[in-house]
Amino acid sequence: MLGPISVNIASLNLALLTPMAVLAFGAIALICIDLFVKNLSKSFFVIFTLLFILLDFTVLIGINGPSRGFFDVLLVDGMSVLAQGVILISSVLFIITALSNKPFKEFKKAEYYTLFMFMIIGFQFMVATDNLILIFLGLETASLSLYTLIALHNRNKAFEAAIKYFTMGALAAGFFAMASLILYALTGSIELSVISKVLIARNFAPGVFVLAGVVFMLIALGFKLSIVPTHTWTPDVYEGSSAPLAGYMSVVPKIAGLVVAIRFFDIFLSSQIVWVQNILIFLAVITMTLANITALVQEDVKRMLAFSSIAHAGFVLTAIMVGGTQANSAIFLYWILFMFTNIGAFTMLWIARHKRNLWDTRYQHPFAKFSGMAKVSPMMATIFGIFMFTLAGMPPFSVFWGKLYLISSVVDSGHTVLAVIMVTNSAIAIYYYMKLIVYMFMKDPITEDGNIYEANSSTPIKVIVGITLFFTVTAAVFVQPILSFVTQMIQSSGY
Amino acid sequence: MEHILSLIVFFPLIAGLFGLVINKENIKTFGITMALIEFIFSIILWIGFDSTNAGYQFVQYAALIPQFGVSYYLGVDGISLFLVILSTLMTLISLIGLNIKKDIKNLVITILFLEMTLVGVFLSLDMILFYIFWELSLIPMLYIIGAWGSGQRIYAAIKFFLYTFAGSALMLVGILYLGYQYYLATGTWSFSVPDWYLLVLPFKTQLWLFGAFFLAFAVKVPMFPFHTWLPYAHGQAPTIGSVLLAAVMLKMGTYAFIRFSLPLFPDASVYFLYPIAIIATIMVIYAAMVAYAQKDMKQVIAYSSISHMGIIILGIFAMNAEGLTGSIFLMLSHGIVSGALFMLVGVIYDRRHTKLMSEFGGLATVMPRYAAIFGVLMMAAVGLPLTIGFVGEFLSLLGFYRVSWVITMFAGSGIILGAVYMLTMFRKSFFGKVIKEENKNLKDLDKREFAALIPLVALVVILGVYPKPILTTIDLSVKKMINLMEKKALLPDTKEFLVKVNSIGGTK
Repeated sequence: MLGPISVNIASLNLALLTPMAVLAFGAIALICIDLFVKNLSKSFFVIFTLLFILLDFTVLIGINGPSRGFFDVLLVDGMSVLAQGVILISSVLFIITALSNKPFKEFKKAEYYTLFMFMIIGFQFMVATDNLILIFLGLETASLSLYTLIALHNRNKAFEAAIKYFTMGALAAGFFAMASLILYALTGSIELSVISKVLIARNFAPGVFVLAGVVFMLIALGFKLSIVPTHTWTPDVYEGSSAPLAGYMSVVPKIAGLVVAIRFFDIFLSSQIVWVQNILIFLAVITMTLANITALVQEDVKRMLAFSSIAHAGFVLTAIMVGGTQANSAIFLYWILFMFTNIGAFTMLWIARHKRNLWDTRYQHPFAKFSGMAKVSPMMATIFGIFMFTLAGMPPFSVFWGKLYLISSVVDSGHTVLAVIMVTNSAIAIYYYMKLIVYMFMKDPITEDGNIYEANSSTPIKVIVGITLFFTVTAAVFVQPILSFVTQMIQSSGY
Repeated sequence: MEHILSLIVFFPLIAGLFGLVINKENIKTFGITMALIEFIFSIILWIGFDSTNAGYQFVQYAALIPQFGVSYYLGVDGISLFLVILSTLMTLISLIGLNIKKDIKNLVITILFLEMTLVGVFLSLDMILFYIFWELSLIPMLYIIGAWGSGQRIYAAIKFFLYTFAGSALMLVGILYLGYQYYLATGTWSFSVPDWYLLVLPFKTQLWLFGAFFLAFAVKVPMFPFHTWLPYAHGQAPTIGSVLLAAVMLKMGTYAFIRFSLPLFPDASVYFLYPIAIIATIMVIYAAMVAYAQKDMKQVIAYSSISHMGIIILGIFAMNAEGLTGSIFLMLSHGIVSGALFMLVGVIYDRRHTKLMSEFGGLATVMPRYAAIFGVLMMAAVGLPLTIGFVGEFLSLLGFYRVSWVITMFAGSGIILGAVYMLTMFRKSFFGKVIKEENKNLKDLDKREFAALIPLVALVVILGVYPKPILTTIDLSVKKMINLMEKKALLPDTKEFLVKVNSIGGTK
């Protein structure tokens, strides 16, 4: 006989739920407004969405108090707040790029924005819990919305991308469910903190099942983080999506996945389980090396950037392997700096978007398209060049500082050989980033008309490029405040 | 005067940014003016420099990332002072000599950016800051070679970039490792070089770190067998690119040896002394032989650069006051002389669009002034006494004589070989009869070219006759550094070696 359950509202700590609730309200409100008012314009949608994201952000930074809530399902610790912050800032940068010069069908539909907001909510939930079920729910809410967002772009390539991503994502979801199942069977809990206690008490026996759980989880997260060998969808999906969405996908789902990975692998790494470390080292090395080598032979800038984002994920994976405060801070520092640069780079492709493939039957952005760009459109070429060098980790631009701190954390943990492999990889990587620069600055122009590179440009998009460029170039000044904030947040969440 | 170093580093950057709004017709004038102002700043720095003080002067310090020990830390001492002046001087001269018309605006702005990175490298006292300028200097040079070069310019530019970038990759790990060692020893993070000087590292660690740094510096110098990018880069680069590459950029590597490798890893430096000395000797002789076999005038000078850099390396690893002071002086003289020679080749290339010696002959009768200036600079390159080339070469070899007279003898024979290939080149191009019809009506040097070359010729003679003011200033800082090395040395062998090479001539 079950006793009566009395719930104290205060103990629920509903404040932790408010950021997501605000955005959910916005999403539902938007679709309702669309029902009653015809012919809402793109700018209305964008500004509406933008306001609710900003509201979400304001509520988020206002949260203080205990980090657990809602029957201990929610866990909004420092790391979660950081990740939500990254997700929301990227979302702000992304949604403004919808205000493009050229009209696109999807931007006129309220569904697009509603789905977008639901996707954000999904990712927020994913990072705001250590409950495997809620992680799964967040993951699926976000992914299903994202598949639809890609397909709404309404091109053949976009459908292909959406279907491909959906199929792969469904498989990954299956693996995640399997991993949760095994962990539940082993420990009787779906909360990572409890799982951790039980496993440590039992000294990680029985080994085979723990291994199975870890492997299934790795595959599931590997899909989201695009870790080799589960990376194959990335270039095709990025190519099919609109450029800003591809940029968004290379930042936001990955930070969500990274947070889950940090929480999950911390169980094993904090008790020095060597085989988990070795698996992670192996995957990180193979991910960055293979992605960098494949990127060398790409003929399309967008696909090249897709492989580059895979390589960056491999880079960050090393820090997950290292664990500890410095490494986890390094992940966030890296990702925050990477966010600005990568979104900026994809936005540059967005500006250069053209309805038809003028230069190549297969690709939208072949390298040849940017040939001699420095002569017809020097400003654009310089900005693009700075983004490329930044992604390559060239000092003193933003990603360099992330790379520096990240490699430092790897060196400090005694993995000097791994650090050498990492810098060797960045030496390989610079070749393909430089390829675009060589085309832009050293080859002869293919067109006299510089407008071809700014066909899709508009003032809001230029502002986005300006903001990302500003943070990219002046990063040296911002590293200290970001780093101390990140470290403080990571420390407060006990990693 | 407190902020003069920041001013010297960032003035070219600001000037370059302002250059974006200057129109095409005036950009060269603008560039020369800015380079002149920058040069004057560096002269003011010299005037304000206290040459009785061996330590860092005009120091500027601001914490950039205190949590991680990265700081904005500039300072100048006798070792770096003249390299800064060399950078600003050669930038100015090469801009005066510039006569490219294509995309001139981008070129001038790029040169100004390059100047910032060069000066930054020599003035940084924070390792991360140094690394930033070190890497950043590649970008302008990549653009200069790739966009204004000739022939296989893109291949050459990429080869140059990848070689040097890959070379310094390991250095980054080395820097971070050393930073961590400092953290372990003291409990705080710091990347500032004077702090690191106080750190005594175990011998084994020194060996590894020396190796990591060595690769980066050796590619830059370039040391045999990492030298293959250099002839390519010189072959395709425009004149101004070659001038700055040879005169200043190569010195970054040798400067870094003096600034970092020797004082940070004294035991490892002594341990690796002979292998490095042998490589340097190979550089001297092998590059001289290859230079002799070249048909292209520019390639001759490119290979002669490698040969001279070998002597600089020998001087550095002599690890005594004569050798080090001599090698720094040789860096200056080689900068001036090779820069001037590249400009001279550029002059003839502008007129004939070829650099092959077989296309010339008897130029002395057609272009007497050109031949005279070429002759003076060639004598300096060969190392004739009373020219600037002699002082540094002599002191470097004298310094190394105390370490090993056999190696010194071999390296000294390089000077003879140098005379052979230089004089052969001079004979083939300038003497004899004018065979080719095109050569009969070549114009002699014009005003612009004179303006660029005469100051260099004057310096070659003046500093060749009276190098003392420069030598004494360098000497003081060098001695301080050698003292530091001796204090830090862990192994008794190292101490003994340093005492041995430093005691005979009474420099202590």
